[in-house]
Amino acid sequence: MQQNNLILRTTTTLIAFLLLGFAIYLFFAGHNSPGGGFVGGLMTSGAVLLLYMAYGIESVDKMLPINFRILIPIGLATALATGAGSFLFNVPFLTHTFGYFYFPIFGEVELATAMLFDLGVYFTVVGSVMTTILTIANDQKV
Amino acid sequence: MVETMLQVSLTLFGVAIVIALYRIVFGPSLPDRVIALDMIGVNLITAIAIVSVILNTKAFLEVILILGVLAFISTIAFSKFIEKGGVIIERKRDD
Repeated sequence: MQQNNLILRTTTTLIAFLLLGFAIYLFFAGHNSPGGGFVGGLMTSGAVLLLYMAYGIESVDKMLPINFRILIPIGLATALATGAGSFLFNVPFLTHTFGYFYFPIFGEVELATAMLFDLGVYFTVVGSVMTTILTIANDQKV
Repeated sequence: MVETMLQVSLTLFGVAIVIALYRIVFGPSLPDRVIALDMIGVNLITAIAIVSVILNTKAFLEVILILGVLAFISTIAFSKFIEKGGVIIERKRDD
């Protein structure tokens, strides 16, 4: 029986958009206020999960052709690369630094290399959460 | 004066959560319990807002948004499970 879930789909397009924006805000706000890579990754996977619940698994696989298993080694490699990059400057492993840069719109912004490590955490969290949920959703009854 | 009003409102929201908890324990059907859980989520959001006013901090404002989003997603998941038998993949119920 085909049921009509127009209200769920319309609200999902709006709320998933808001959630992705909020996830990006949480990811960038993590240096000076609550937030960071972990919560940002959880919010992103919440938005993708909302899309999966509203549109079904076949449509979202066409919309987002991402294999979420690939994101886990990408995130771990990013975190490892930011740790190993400190060897280029003859400092111990995982030494981080920061600097002030000028951008046309934002003005002077403090950029830290800890954000790249946070990006690795973000990718790993998104990949592992979505892999867990989709693996449980795809199981077959024996 | 404002402090007393905030504490009285916190107490009243606690009473509302206890009433919703009664509906969860003794609710005759599953949708009653889901609605009561959603109501507890909304009351917790308001309680967090009042606590952040009492503590005079802005650190909890992200918690309010995240809790609202999680309550929405969990209510959608529960209602899809009740209606269609599966959260992501729609499968036939056995009953």
